[in-house]
Amino acid sequence: MLHIVNKSAAERSSLESCLRMATKGSAVLLIEDAVYAATTGNAAAAKIQAAAADLKIYALGPDLAARGMAARVLDGVNVVDYGGFVDLVAEHSNCQSWL
Amino acid sequence: MSDMDDMDDGSGIIKKFMFLNRKAPHGTVYALEGLEVVLITAAFDQDVSLVFTDDGVFQLMKGIDSKGIEVKDFSKTYRALEGYDIEKLYVDQASMDARGLTEDDLIVDVTVLSVDEMANLMAEQDVVISF
Repeated sequence: MLHIVNKSAAERSSLESCLRMATKGSAVLLIEDAVYAATTGNAAAAKIQAAAADLKIYALGPDLAARGMAARVLDGVNVVDYGGFVDLVAEHSNCQSWL
Repeated sequence: MSDMDDMDDGSGIIKKFMFLNRKAPHGTVYALEGLEVVLITAAFDQDVSLVFTDDGVFQLMKGIDSKGIEVKDFSKTYRALEGYDIEKLYVDQASMDARGLTEDDLIVDVTVLSVDEMANLMAEQDVVISF
């Protein structure tokens, strides 16, 4: 399953809910304000790094760049472009957007 | 002298305005709209303080490149505020710490305040407007 999160972990609980529900081997794609969680020094970084042991974590490159965060991505997080976003949706049989 | 000149129309009164920015720049429209209101307020010669807390500190990040998401990069406008006599920019130390940021990461010069200093600054305002 592909999980998509678009809200900042500092504002909403959607990332936490997602990580709680995501089963081993699932993919989590961070977009829009959710990308901050995948950057160094962020309070949510430890959660992302712990989750990366069991989940594949992706972050949308254009959203990182638009926030000045492109050079601060955590190790273990895969940066994808819009084409990669489409590929992730196509590769997984279902997806859940944590609005 | 006309009657108009005798009336107190409130001009000349300077109030302390705080604009409190708590949202990241592109995920919602708050940051851009807040900046627009600050620029409008600059025309009224008020005592303006611009405050960034929580995800609002991300508004001031250097190196923003928003071409890929096809939205306007308004971050450089913060550097123009000085030209509008808006020179009191404050960021919250704890918000910076929770995001791994230092003053060097920001596009403008700011004053970093502790939570107590921030609370006092807020308490002394005539008007607080939140975005």
